[in-house]
Amino acid sequence: MSLLRYLLCLAFLLAAAPVSAQVDTFAFENDEQQQRFRRLSNEFRCPMCQNANLTGSTGGVAEDLRREIHRMILAGNTDAEIEQFMYERYGDFIFYLPRLRADTVLLWFGPLLFLLLGAYIGWRIFRQAKGNQEAVSGLELDPAEQERLRRLLNDE
Amino acid sequence: MNKFIFYAPIAAFLALAFVLWRGLYLDPTELPSVLIDKPMPAFAMTTVEGEPVDNSDLPGRIFLLNVWGSYCLPCLVEHPTLMRLSEEGEFPVVGVNYRDRQPLALDWLDVNGDPFEYSILDEEGRFGIDLGVYGAPETFLVDGEGVIRYRHVGVLEENVWREVFLPAIAELRGAPAPSR
Repeated sequence: MSLLRYLLCLAFLLAAAPVSAQVDTFAFENDEQQQRFRRLSNEFRCPMCQNANLTGSTGGVAEDLRREIHRMILAGNTDAEIEQFMYERYGDFIFYLPRLRADTVLLWFGPLLFLLLGAYIGWRIFRQAKGNQEAVSGLELDPAEQERLRRLLNDE
Repeated sequence: MNKFIFYAPIAAFLALAFVLWRGLYLDPTELPSVLIDKPMPAFAMTTVEGEPVDNSDLPGRIFLLNVWGSYCLPCLVEHPTLMRLSEEGEFPVVGVNYRDRQPLALDWLDVNGDPFEYSILDEEGRFGIDLGVYGAPETFLVDGEGVIRYRHVGVLEENVWREVFLPAIAELRGAPAPSR
């Protein structure tokens, strides 16, 4: 019984293997090339199925672009050359990590700007609240006034 | 200074709301083409009929480069427009048969009619990559010098032709856009 279960498990495992291999049907000369292929096709965004990278997309153009990356890696192109190739054809959209340029500065540093702005406003509010507190403590009654207050309260 | 503190978050909220509200009406599938105002990429390929074809075979005047495939249903929707343009003869239409199979492409032209001067056979989609294509149909407006001037993604409807292509063509010819 336990052997049967084993065999069943094994059968399922073997059946599952080809499914996850969908993307890795390209042959490479060495591991390093394969790593680069994986990294690049994870890095590029599929122009057709937006919001998926090339690895995760079954779109036709993603398939073509993966094949192109594979071809360029085997042809000895550097990562920078492959990125430039993609950029010249598909523009900034192809990058999940947009390049740092004059018109992408806001994209890169906008969040930091908002963080600093928020911190500044928070600090101002904090300081103001503290200032109010000090102003309140400046209003403490002197002994004569306290005596008068006690009398008023006891009177009622 | 207190006023600043009071109004800054409101101003920030309004700015953010405006940006997000604008975002609701943007079409994220409409990607700007990097190839605008760049020359057509070099190619030396064959037509669907098997004739060799390269950049020197491009029409020496304003023409349309239409990316199509026999599998592409929207291509059938814009097909009458392309047929009309080809019959009128003012603007030649060059096809790019994108990620298709030659016999299927020939069949499609046979059944539906062939509006193209010729169709570049791009079974592998390699030429499509050079054009920055991401799916049929797409239509490029190319000028007489072979420089890409405009790219339309999706169906080339008659109103797109009238409202976008005709003014763009008029501009290319240096004439004021016709008022409609």
